[in-house]
Amino acid sequence: MNCELTQTVLHGYLDGELDAARAADFERHLISCADCVAALETNENLRSSLQGAGLYERAPQSLRQKVQTQLGAAIRPAVMPIRNPAPWRYLAMAAAFLLAVFLGWRVLPLLRGSHGGETTLASAIVDAHLRSLQPGHLEDVQSTDQHTVKPWFDGKLDFAPPVHDFANEGFPLQGGRLDVVHGRTVAVLVYARRKHLINVFVWPTSEPDSEPLSGSQLGYHWTDWRKSGMEMCAVSDVSPDDLADLQRLLMQ
Amino acid sequence: MSAGVERDGLDVLDSQDRARFEQLVLPHLDAAFNLSRWLMRGRADAEDVAQEAMMRAWRFFRGFHGGDARAWLLQIVRNTCYTWLEKNRSVDLTTEFDEELHPQPSVSPETLAIAGDNRERLTRALEELPVRFREVLILRELEGCSYKEIATITSVPIGTVMSALARARQRLQRVLAHPVEAAKTGGRQ
Repeated sequence: MNCELTQTVLHGYLDGELDAARAADFERHLISCADCVAALETNENLRSSLQGAGLYERAPQSLRQKVQTQLGAAIRPAVMPIRNPAPWRYLAMAAAFLLAVFLGWRVLPLLRGSHGGETTLASAIVDAHLRSLQPGHLEDVQSTDQHTVKPWFDGKLDFAPPVHDFANEGFPLQGGRLDVVHGRTVAVLVYARRKHLINVFVWPTSEPDSEPLSGSQLGYHWTDWRKSGMEMCAVSDVSPDDLADLQRLLMQ
Repeated sequence: MSAGVERDGLDVLDSQDRARFEQLVLPHLDAAFNLSRWLMRGRADAEDVAQEAMMRAWRFFRGFHGGDARAWLLQIVRNTCYTWLEKNRSVDLTTEFDEELHPQPSVSPETLAIAGDNRERLTRALEELPVRFREVLILRELEGCSYKEIATITSVPIGTVMSALARARQRLQRVLAHPVEAAKTGGRQ
């Protein structure tokens, strides 16, 4: 290779970085320069080898998870910022959360005939209220991958909530978080239904399995059931039919 | 963007920063890991270094004033890798190759085609290159960066990117075509 262009312009040409005039100049040069023709072919081969050999290495899931976790940790002590860009989601979640607490600790026990004391109820609601005033409450682990969300709960809970993505059924998993309700740490799974969000609270129970019990309040719908030692309560502003669909999927 | 990337110091980052970070920077996590893996020559330390780089990017996110988020992030990844290498494997950084001392045997397209389709052989050849050659090849051929982006990421004038690529490609061809000889003569000085 004696032509000095093989060490300069040829590469700009190969990489599409020459302006039109210089590219045309180089193409004219190619007609009469065997060195450059050969070098161009060699470099094109090299490029396709590099690009076709599967050399690109994507970030492993473990890294993705660590970064997400660290970002969460980095931001939490500051000002409890919103992790979720859309304010309507936060508002919807705050409302849904309050409602869930209200339902869970006032309505459901009443329905089931197991009364919670007034003081505990008040403090649970006040706690939930205060918490819900702090933005960024939706997801601690934000992922549509059940294999990311499920391990995230490991070691954070004394039970393993069932985590499934139902994207194919129209309920894509959005993430999960922990909540403390009534002094107990519970898992919360977040699902989307079109533009709406559904919170599914999960905690262990020693009560026997039960059929879903549903209701609505303030325009929100909830459904609560127990299966295999887990109690679940799904809350959302989606239609009761949608909620029932998700409940059936979760109960499978 | 190129020089003052980490100059703005630590800021208290808020919710909007987090949302912007997730939208602009996090999608380039694969790019960050890939560059780290190739600069570190292996996955072993690449994950730790990429993670550290992501956290640095987050801490200095206020210093990002829009524009090419991938180039901004990769610049941080590269700096983080170099810092790590300086501390732990400084020989990687001092290895340079002086073509003047090693006249280039010619390489035919045929030789390359035979040698080229082998992932393992390409990996070994790339890892044998001095880091400054390796990085421009990775950025150009695997990451698809423009010369301008490569200049930003590697902190060199844009005018030198083309010749850096030319030398890197020539060197890689040599290693691929004559692996044994290249290993003997192209190594550490």
